[in-house]
Amino acid sequence: MFRPLSLLIINISKHNVASQIKYSTAILPRLSSEKYNIKRKSFGTINESDINHFRSILSENRVITDESDVLPYNIDWIKNCRGQSKVVLKPKTTDEVSEVLSYCNSKKLAVCPQGGNTGLVGGSVPVFDEIVLNFSLMNKVISLDDISGALVCEAGCVLENLDNYVRQHNLIMPLDLGAKGSCHIGGNVSTNAGGLRLLRYGNLHGSILGLEAVKADGTVIDCLRTLKKDNTGYHLKHLFIGSEGTLGVVTKVAVHCPAVSKAVSLGYFGVNTFEDVLQLYRNAKISLGEILSAFEMADNRAICSTVKNLKLTNPLEDYPFYVLIETSGCDEEHDSEKLNRFLSKEMESGHIIDGTVTSEPAKMRTIWNIRENIAEAGLHDGYVFKYDVSIPLNNYYDIVLLLRKKLEGKYTNIYGYGHIGDGNIHINVTVPEYSKEVCDMLEPYIFEQVAKLKGSISAEHGVGFRKPQFIHYSKDESALRLMKDLKHLMDPNGILNPYKVLPDV
Amino acid sequence: MARVLVGVKRVIDYAVKVRVKPDKSGVVTDGVKHSMNPFDEIAVEEAVRMKEKKLASEVIAVSCGPAQAQETLRTALAMGADRAIHVEVAGKEYETLQPIHVAKILAKLSQDEKADLVIVGKQAIDDDSNQTAQMTAALLDWPQGTFVSKVEKTDAGLTITREIDGGLETIKTKIPAVLSADLRLNEPRYATLPNIMKAKKKPMKKVAAKDLGVDLTPRIKVISVEDPPVRQAGSVVPDVDTLVAKLKEGGHV
Ligand SMILES: Cc1cc2nc3c(=O)[nH]c(=O)nc-3n(C[C@H](O)[C@H](O)[C@H](O)COP(=O)(O)OP(=O)(O)OC[C@H]3O[C@@H](n4cnc5c(N)ncnc54)[C@H](O)[C@@H]3O)c2cc1C
Ligand SMILES: Cc1cc2nc3c(=O)[nH]c(=O)nc-3n(C[C@H](O)[C@H](O)[C@H](O)COP(=O)(O)OP(=O)(O)OC[C@H]3O[C@@H](n4cnc5c(N)ncnc54)[C@H](O)[C@@H]3O)c2cc1C
Repeated sequence: MFRPLSLLIINISKHNVASQIKYSTAILPRLSSEKYNIKRKSFGTINESDINHFRSILSENRVITDESDVLPYNIDWIKNCRGQSKVVLKPKTTDEVSEVLSYCNSKKLAVCPQGGNTGLVGGSVPVFDEIVLNFSLMNKVISLDDISGALVCEAGCVLENLDNYVRQHNLIMPLDLGAKGSCHIGGNVSTNAGGLRLLRYGNLHGSILGLEAVKADGTVIDCLRTLKKDNTGYHLKHLFIGSEGTLGVVTKVAVHCPAVSKAVSLGYFGVNTFEDVLQLYRNAKISLGEILSAFEMADNRAICSTVKNLKLTNPLEDYPFYVLIETSGCDEEHDSEKLNRFLSKEMESGHIIDGTVTSEPAKMRTIWNIRENIAEAGLHDGYVFKYDVSIPLNNYYDIVLLLRKKLEGKYTNIYGYGHIGDGNIHINVTVPEYSKEVCDMLEPYIFEQVAKLKGSISAEHGVGFRKPQFIHYSKDESALRLMKDLKHLMDPNGILNPYKVLPDV
Repeated sequence: MARVLVGVKRVIDYAVKVRVKPDKSGVVTDGVKHSMNPFDEIAVEEAVRMKEKKLASEVIAVSCGPAQAQETLRTALAMGADRAIHVEVAGKEYETLQPIHVAKILAKLSQDEKADLVIVGKQAIDDDSNQTAQMTAALLDWPQGTFVSKVEKTDAGLTITREIDGGLETIKTKIPAVLSADLRLNEPRYATLPNIMKAKKKPMKKVAAKDLGVDLTPRIKVISVEDPPVRQAGSVVPDVDTLVAKLKEGGHV
């Protein structure tokens, strides 16, 4: 069967292309330790006998030591951080992970767990010579119960592969994000990834039924249940959801997969003011009710620069704001009637100026593609300062305007877009290349503003390497103290993902 | 000012994975998302642009198929066609509907509607026949411009650029004529909300193939439909470093 090639290419290959660009060795980011002036902690230093030991646990070709081979594992997705690891380990089983960690703990060798390396806060790459523990070969599906929707799989399964797999059983993954072609479910769990379906299915604290994790000393913690309800004692799985590899490494997960929606429609709209975006959101919740599955917004510059940088086509003319509304339900007629009624009303009220709506899969993909590519399109401008914050909706967009004023003349582009249904905005500041001056103008200014508005300085990307020093803007001293106690209890030598999440002192 | 007739076919959406029926008699279509054949979208777009440039007076969309073909026609109307004709062909008859039948239907309607130009996609992405335009032209005894990537109106008729092996060919033709749209002719628009709403009120006429005097007896028999042989998906890497890294990563070297 013939498929129009050029159309297909536009639709599918975009994020793959970019994820490969990052490997090109031409432009190396500065070493994180120098860029951010970090001191190495007193961990052990890896030597030949350690390497040999790892080779005895894993096979030869799963212990990577060649400098150029290790390089990609040292650099993060936005090419901001570069570590100095000398070795990458690729376990295939939980036992191997356990043996590796037990050995590292006894030698006080620091470890950086790594999934698809799409994290946006530098958590997935080493800072100094931490050993990279990469999960890409732990990529097997273990079981799927197509009645309850419980999927059990290894941590290194790529999200998109899992989604394709469960779709064959009329299920979908409860989360979806722009990085789906590369990110691992283990990485998603470790970052408590949000993404495009959160509005509908909630976050991973709800969708993860159980998991298996390995503590720093190699102890395997088995919480791998597939039950929706299990109130037997402490809900330990939550310790590993969102702890970014600092309390243990996730080796297996059980995910609750909801049923796939038979009738999906996607609307893409031009909106005049941010107030109209909010009105539209409120009305969508009321009029679309249970079929509303995504409500996303992007400002003019976010869309226009994405379309330009990636040579896509914007289905609409220029508008100050764009809104994407997805509905998912099980009855095409019922759903489209609801949607049409809502859209007619909102056109009349003027909240929507223009738009397009479709339930054709290929067209929906093309539209989602624009939204999902905003994150990477900024890289074409040179360097991107990315902020991912939660702000109460009334002030949701204020910071973008503040920043444009404050940084006048110092940036290529500043735009805001995000999951408005979750109160989460992504603010990107693009510049030709990293500049300390711009960085200092942004930080901690932006975090102070967020704190003032009672928001969170990291809505979904986590704290990682980039934000521990700012965590106090969102976490009370008392909570931070308990976090440290937990860390000490679970990883007394602090070998798991050091320099990340927890602030020093 | 010309009246343009555009053929639009409802096919399995190209983002959907196509599955062969277990008995190999065809592909599974039940419960599968359909949309307008992408090349037909290009044909509609071209017709609508002609109308916007005042080169055409009216755009009529035609689809032959079951009741759901009306959804495809609505899409054409939302893109800017003025009215639609649904030639109802359902059930068994639709399963064996072939280019010769569609060409006869289009030829008959072109005469009935006094069309000056027929535009169709160069092929449908489901059966890949690439015959309808040619047969329609033959039946009408009109000139044909196939694989069109550019159309310009001249006093004498049309100047057409065709995509052929190894390059482009420019031809001149008189109208009436039959054209088939290739991928680069234009980039079809998205139907906008106001136009989607308006499309609901545009006229749609339903006729039966037999009322047009077209005999739908199949001329071709499908013996077997099979999956292409499975091939490992490849990927493109930017440089040698990456290739080596990837090979090592996969444990190949
Ligand atoms: C284009 C793009 C779009 C994105 N969109 C979203 C979005 O919408 N929502 C969102 O929340 N995030 C988003 N992200 C951020 C990121 O993709 C997610 O946080 C993702 O979940 C990270 O998964 P990963 O496998 O790549 O993990 P990595 O980047 O490899 O690691 C992330 C963190 O988890 C730890 N880790 C990884 N695997 C394990 C494991 N098995 N055990 C213990 N710790 C582990 C790492 O040490 C690190 O701290 C996006 C990123 C990109 C590049
Ligand atoms: C008729 C009936 C129907 C029920 N249906 C359900 C049901 O459908 N689903 C269900 O899950 N349960 C059900 N339950 C059980 C019970 O009602 C629930 O568990 C309820 O949440 C307990 O709330 P409570 O305030 O009565 O807590 P209590 O009974 O007072 O205490 C329950 C436990 O919580 C502790 N506790 C209470 N308050 C605090 C606090 N502020 N801080 C720390 N610890 C605290 C207590 O020490 C105790 O261990 C039902 C009970 C009855 C009698």
